Amino acid sequence: MATVSVPTEGRSRGLLRRPTATTGFWSWITTVDHKKIGILYGVTAFLFFIVGGTEALLIRLQLAQPDQNILSPSIYNEVFTMHGITMVFLVVMPLSAAFINYLVPLMIGARDVAFPRLNAFSYWVFLLGGVFIYSSWLLGGAPNGGWFGYATNAVLDPTRGMTFYAIGLLIAGIASTVSAVNLAVTILNMRAPGMTLFRMPVFVWMSLVVQLLLAFSLPIITVALFELLFDRRFGTHFFDPVAGGDPVLWQHLFWLFGHPEVYILILPAMGIVSEILPVFARKPLFGYQFVVFSGIAIGFIGFGVWVHHMYAVGLGPIANTAFGISTMIIAIPTGVKIFNWLGTLWKGDLTFPTPMLFAVGFVAMFVIGGLSGVTHSVVPSDYQQTDTYYIVAHFHYVLVGGAIFGLFAGLYYWWPKVFGRMLNDTIGKVNFWLMLVGFNLTFGPMHILGLQGMPRRIQSYPAELGLAFWNLVSTIGAFMIALAVLVFIANVLVTQRKPKQMEADPWDARTLEWTTSSPPPEYNFEELPVVSSLDEAWHRKYAETEDGRVVPVPAGGSGTEVEHDGGHGDGIHMPSPSYFPVVASVGIFLLGYGVIFSWWLAAAGAVVLLFGLYGWALEPSAE
Amino acid sequence: MQDRLTVHTYESEHEATSTGLPNTKLAMWLFLASDCLLFGALITSYVVYRGRSVVPPYPKDVFDIPYTSVSSFVLLASSLTMVLALAAIQRGDLPRMRLWLLATAMLGLTFVGGQVYEFTTFYDEGLSLTTNVFGTTFYVLTGFHGTHVAIGILMLLSLVWLSFSGKIQQKDSMTVELVGLYWHFVDIVWIVIFTIVYLIPTGP
Amino acid sequence: MLESPGSVPGSMRQRGGKGKVRKRLTLVLGVLALAALAAACAPNATQDAMNPQGPYARESYDLIVPVFWVAAAIFVLVEGVLLFVVFRYRRRKGRAAEVPPQIHGNNRLEIAWTILPALILAGVAVPTVTTIFDLAEEPTGQVLEVNVLGHQWWWEFDYPNEGIITANELHIPTGEPVYLTLCSVGLGYGQQPTPNDCQPGPPEGQAPAAVGDGVIHSFWVPELAGTQDVVPGRTNTLTLQADHPGRYSGQCKEFCGLSHAYMKFVVVAHTPADYAAWVANQQADAVTPQAGSLAATGMDVFLNGQCIACHAIQGLEDANGNPLQANGGPSLTHFASRECFAGCIFHSADPKQLAAWLENPPAMKAGSWMPDYGLSQEQIQALVAYLQSLT
Repeated sequence: MATVSVPTEGRSRGLLRRPTATTGFWSWITTVDHKKIGILYGVTAFLFFIVGGTEALLIRLQLAQPDQNILSPSIYNEVFTMHGITMVFLVVMPLSAAFINYLVPLMIGARDVAFPRLNAFSYWVFLLGGVFIYSSWLLGGAPNGGWFGYATNAVLDPTRGMTFYAIGLLIAGIASTVSAVNLAVTILNMRAPGMTLFRMPVFVWMSLVVQLLLAFSLPIITVALFELLFDRRFGTHFFDPVAGGDPVLWQHLFWLFGHPEVYILILPAMGIVSEILPVFARKPLFGYQFVVFSGIAIGFIGFGVWVHHMYAVGLGPIANTAFGISTMIIAIPTGVKIFNWLGTLWKGDLTFPTPMLFAVGFVAMFVIGGLSGVTHSVVPSDYQQTDTYYIVAHFHYVLVGGAIFGLFAGLYYWWPKVFGRMLNDTIGKVNFWLMLVGFNLTFGPMHILGLQGMPRRIQSYPAELGLAFWNLVSTIGAFMIALAVLVFIANVLVTQRKPKQMEADPWDARTLEWTTSSPPPEYNFEELPVVSSLDEAWHRKYAETEDGRVVPVPAGGSGTEVEHDGGHGDGIHMPSPSYFPVVASVGIFLLGYGVIFSWWLAAAGAVVLLFGLYGWALEPSAE
Repeated sequence: MQDRLTVHTYESEHEATSTGLPNTKLAMWLFLASDCLLFGALITSYVVYRGRSVVPPYPKDVFDIPYTSVSSFVLLASSLTMVLALAAIQRGDLPRMRLWLLATAMLGLTFVGGQVYEFTTFYDEGLSLTTNVFGTTFYVLTGFHGTHVAIGILMLLSLVWLSFSGKIQQKDSMTVELVGLYWHFVDIVWIVIFTIVYLIPTGP
Repeated sequence: MLESPGSVPGSMRQRGGKGKVRKRLTLVLGVLALAALAAACAPNATQDAMNPQGPYARESYDLIVPVFWVAAAIFVLVEGVLLFVVFRYRRRKGRAAEVPPQIHGNNRLEIAWTILPALILAGVAVPTVTTIFDLAEEPTGQVLEVNVLGHQWWWEFDYPNEGIITANELHIPTGEPVYLTLCSVGLGYGQQPTPNDCQPGPPEGQAPAAVGDGVIHSFWVPELAGTQDVVPGRTNTLTLQADHPGRYSGQCKEFCGLSHAYMKFVVVAHTPADYAAWVANQQADAVTPQAGSLAATGMDVFLNGQCIACHAIQGLEDANGNPLQANGGPSLTHFASRECFAGCIFHSADPKQLAAWLENPPAMKAGSWMPDYGLSQEQIQALVAYLQSLT
């Protein structure tokens, strides 16, 4: 509820006048506050999660029994394609972005990100990109060539879906690329005094690695998507074997992006878990530098393993060997993280509120997914496993058992900070156990199904292959997951009705966001903190005696003031809201449709975009 | 009251940063690093398809190395004028800055014009976007580069226009520097493209 | 600030119960795991990677199994430590909530748990690499060569040395390596046929045969070998071999469009003697139906209708006296010698399925490139009789 000084001069410039709303609907449209933007990302991602989850339930219904036709092959291909696109690009990435956006400035002791309007722009472009892709259902058919869109099928398919795929992902890519530059600069440049890189929380480190992965992998898929679009729309020959091209070029470009992408999907959740385990073990993260370095190593090596998605393409034994070995190598830093998490819990004082349950669940499930991943690196085994449900099992263990569990841990952990209320712990426990059991029932049997002969991406299977039993079990598990998600939604509804009365630090935590009020004021910190160690917030509360015991620092000691809601934030000027990020996003949105339907529409979109960009550049800054 | 309002202008370049580099400059470097991968993927697509066209025309049938060398030199010269423009604004000489910025834009336009002429000639000789993989990869690669140049020209002209309404002062030399960084990047990318595509001899 | 997190309702109350719930969960998971292992040996499955029936499949299997046990051991160890830690160090009721010693790390441990996994992986890497090269080698000695052509959505098998072209069933002799050359065929960009090394070029002046799009497929018969992709514009190879006579199921493994799920095939392994007999039968011209029979009528329908636009039957001639040329459809010469048709999803011996197919192929198989020719019931019955006579 801070009063923000509102400038009076230089604002009334007609078109370029900046909006002023700080509450209400328009304040959300024009906000440049990283916390509001984080919430926008989170809510939007969660809505897409429901949609993607529904698509999953449809798939599981269709596959529950052999020889069904609940979804025709045509619809089935659209549903599984959209399920993949949604979960990867519209759920896990933006949900991670929600946490990164909200928390990184708070964790590094900053007031906002480096480029607040750019931050807003990223969100709106993401939202409109998602809407764009989904509008395809109504405009000629959804993408139906798989989330991986292999040529030549993706080029030759006569429906409009794969054109929506190419353009939609290009739009979403703009959001992530821009966001990557923004957040990388924020982390590198806007840390509070005293916060050296090695005093940053692990979550911030993982966010930094993710931004760099995004910045360097997105351009590659951008090129691939343009090439696909041009092949479809203009008759170019990028993937045309008749003209001397090679469909495998698509695979190389796609996986050069696609493999770093999976680390983009998991590292934020690993960062979250690295923050939560120490809090509920009441010990620091074991081997902080090693966890950080292993994250960096995974980022680097992640660019060197992409052919492991292509072992069966026929690139030859030398290529397969090289990438088999690089894939084995990347297992090592991954293992280092797991062992350090175990070390964090060792000899701790462990309690198990819901965030801790999900965090421990993450570790348990990720180990399984990681191990099945290592079995894929054994190339001749992969000749049997690839393109079967064994692979589906692997990546769902790391992406659901890993990323989703980690993100849910984060939701339960930071909910009190963001919303000023704590999610109900009993309902949370029901949420967790339902999800854990349901998840294992859904994806555990898929290991067996894959080895017993069930390929991926098939609309149905015949009765004689003996696949019916485990498919049915898997479907039942899927509905359990759905129930667990409903329980979570119920928890949210129950909680949001409670009054907003949360203390700054309900968990006795270790990082700087817990030194502000819950929720934080718009300007985050009354005074920017001065940092003297890793886990700064913890060290303001506790000191170590000579015999190694930890004792609380007496209240009123150095810099321990918790931010109260009474802080006025006088003299702190936050950047004003702006319309132009939304305007520019709408320009891109229109451009997208224009490329498919009408060059006039594309021109109109370009004009709107230019207007948005110039307005943005020229509007009076927060003066 | 007025003092309080101006104390922590958030997006100002004058705030202290952890690396010492201003936010906008660091952002531009990161963006350019990212853009390297974009051109890397496009150049890779060109290189892997070298020699694989099934029908003519092939590179040796259409390339006019002397012509493209002149055009490349024009673009190189524009980097020099860009440096001069930055030097001018850094010493507060707005008229000179405008001169050199316009010169840069003109040289850039000459380069683009040269490419338009070059490509129309290729087209008349039978090389279109869809003729063969050479046409496909060549035009898309150079087209992306040309688009980058065009956006650069737009930024240069915008700077000139803004300087007339007093929006670019000596203290705003950072903005000119950032456009300069972008411009030099586009130039360097052209050197790479010119070398790999035009200069390195290949078969068909 | 020092409020213990245990004041969050529920966590203390449930602690005692939590241990029991955990134990029960472990039991349930254990039972499921055993059931899983049992199901892994299900006798029904005929597409079972864990049931290798030839040396090439066995090479993959011989890596899958030991690596599984290594992974299982690591799983038990790591999850065991996790479970131990979670139980041993949980806060017990009544104990003062003292902040534990703030251990930051242990460099020796870090080195150990970096090097140990590396050693294990190195151990796994050695047989991995040797097997990769083994499987990539072209077999020597007595080898059967077959070209495998992936169409949308069926498999064609061309035996260049025996002069046989067939579909849906790959017949091989036992005990002999079968060296497959894999090609994707069909139409590419601009309706041009995809170039490939498996098909001979068309006769002078004729457009090359192609129906359906040329897309990526993957040839997978898990009991006899791992997969290789079938990529338009590339020629891949795969070796398989069957130890015993039998039928081994396979299907396309790489998403290839509407009927990806319906692109199956069977490898039929014979003793060498039986195989020779099969070859001789396949090399012969098609059986001529008895004059005046329904099958003979069917033959007329076949020759005078649209069928010959795509399908060939060896021994028949068109109206100009030229032998029929296949143009995108499977060879029907010995249709009735095969147990399945249409991408091996229907039974050749079932007249109802055959009739339904002929009546409206796209209704029977999504996206089928064989259109509905509006055949009358009489024509369909005649064709069924004819096709079922082509042993």
